[in-house]
Amino acid sequence: MRSLPIQKILAWFSILLFAVFSIYPMLYVLGISLRGDNAFQSQSLEIITSTSTMKNFLDLFTQTDFLIWLRNSLLVSVGTTLLGVAFASTSAYALSRFQFRGRNMMLFSLLATQMFPPTMLILPFYIILSKLHLIDSFWGLFLIYSSTALPFCVWQMKAYYDTIPKELEEAAILDGCSRWLTFCKIILPLSAPALVITALFSFMASWSEYVVAAVVLQDPQMYTLPLGLRSFQASLATQWGLYAAGALIVSLPVLILFISISRYLISGLTIGSVKG
Amino acid sequence: MTHIEFSEITKSFKDNHILNGVNLEIAKGEFLVLVGPSGCGKSTLLRTLAGLEKMDAGDIKINGKSIKNMEPQDRDVAMVFQNYALYPHMNVAENMGFAMKLQKRSASEISAQVKKIAQLLQIDHLLERKPKELSGGQCQRVALGRALARQTSIILFDEPLSNLDAHLRSQMRVEIKRLHQTLQNTMIYVTHDQMEATTMGDRIAVLKDGKIEQIGTPSEIYHRPKNLFIASFIGSPEMNFMEGPLVKKLPWPEAKKPEQILGVRPEVFKISNGVPQANELELGSFQVELSENLGGQQMLHGRLEGQNLRIFADSTEFFRKDQILPVKIDLTKSHLFDKQTGVNQRLQEGV
Repeated sequence: MRSLPIQKILAWFSILLFAVFSIYPMLYVLGISLRGDNAFQSQSLEIITSTSTMKNFLDLFTQTDFLIWLRNSLLVSVGTTLLGVAFASTSAYALSRFQFRGRNMMLFSLLATQMFPPTMLILPFYIILSKLHLIDSFWGLFLIYSSTALPFCVWQMKAYYDTIPKELEEAAILDGCSRWLTFCKIILPLSAPALVITALFSFMASWSEYVVAAVVLQDPQMYTLPLGLRSFQASLATQWGLYAAGALIVSLPVLILFISISRYLISGLTIGSVKG
Repeated sequence: MTHIEFSEITKSFKDNHILNGVNLEIAKGEFLVLVGPSGCGKSTLLRTLAGLEKMDAGDIKINGKSIKNMEPQDRDVAMVFQNYALYPHMNVAENMGFAMKLQKRSASEISAQVKKIAQLLQIDHLLERKPKELSGGQCQRVALGRALARQTSIILFDEPLSNLDAHLRSQMRVEIKRLHQTLQNTMIYVTHDQMEATTMGDRIAVLKDGKIEQIGTPSEIYHRPKNLFIASFIGSPEMNFMEGPLVKKLPWPEAKKPEQILGVRPEVFKISNGVPQANELELGSFQVELSENLGGQQMLHGRLEGQNLRIFADSTEFFRKDQILPVKIDLTKSHLFDKQTGVNQRLQEGV
């Protein structure tokens, strides 16, 4: 019995350690973004110093193209998410409910695409997009982002659909639903947790992506946030203050998304609990 | 009047023949029970009628009109599923009104109909609840209510009570039967429980290996089983089957043939010392092994000339182990089956 408090203290201590370990870099970035001087090399561990100002944040919105990048990033990420969810939810339904030739083969090949490192795909992607005249176009990014996110999303959705009893659909068909209506009125509402996870995955995959965007987008007016931030890093002087302020703002939407849908995340992890 | 007519229905899943030419006519307002061991094709037959399963060959007519190419929702058929299949994201009222909503009926009409059915099933206090907030029995009532709310002339039940406990099951059995008497819909009820079949059905169709073995009233099926399979499947406790020298004691000409089996239900035995009356046969001495008290009756397990038998006796009498009892059987209620073909020999004679 005496070991219990010690166990508790140990547990709390290690959680605290990990929290500091993962939060400190974020706070450090916050510190840099608030420093008026370009004091990246500062040895001080202080987050907020006497010289702290909001100047970097102001400059970011007024002196740079940050708002344009933000708009571009939102456009690309939301587009990719919509496309990804639409394709994943429908194709996973077909894979879960219909028996057709090549079904298992298709599932396997979806999985196989996940085995390749993404950087390996950059050259073929570039060639395909240039032949389709989709270089410097958001459509090119939509295509690549949703196609790379799809396999995971399809598997995720299929696994969820598999847990929904078939009788629910049969009842709906007898009630007068077509297949499509059954899908929209019965299956989709029941799949909300899986849909949310799929959407989040698609959003995150495109929001912070740099390598593919760097290849596809060449016009600075088309830059997404990661590309834009990278442009602060000049060969002679990097504007660390601006960079840090930008990085913080970039991480905000994902943070907000995570917090707002954490309810679904938890129920999404307990899939299989849907009862007929 | 014939309401539903199945003719020569066949259905296979790959090499597995589920239905092998089923012919069946169901009258308007009838309560027909399809019963049989698992895998006999009873659920598949029901699902072909509902349109959830396509048959390979044959035809189904409702009111004389073929429904072979009709969509499930146009077939005038509602169904109650074994696992209830209530829509988890809708409350009870929405579940019950879903079909009507799809038919674009007015909200007031839907709510009136839902209320009416809910009162009939005594679930009107549950209308706002979600399925996960209901007990198994309540779920089953809601599923029943959803089927009734569609106002179809045919209602199908696919083992609807098998997820309920014994007490609820017997309660719901009576309730469904009562509903049938009130509503007079044609109902087809699938079960593997022969008790449900005999207590609920106006007629029973016993299926085996995708074919109907016998169809008739519960009493016909119980008292005049066509073959060995029906005789052993229907009735609980099971009919006693005896072979060998015992069979030769029978006065029937068929009993002289080789390989015949005498079938006698437990209640047909009579424990008595008296002189056998007409149609009675002195079978021999029964040695009691143990007795089970079932309340009003007791069941004696024991042996008669090397054969294991179960005999019903009055529960007020006391029998001790190894007691020897003289037993008689009523010949009019006894059966003789051919061991090879399983056919009930006495039925063929028109006895």
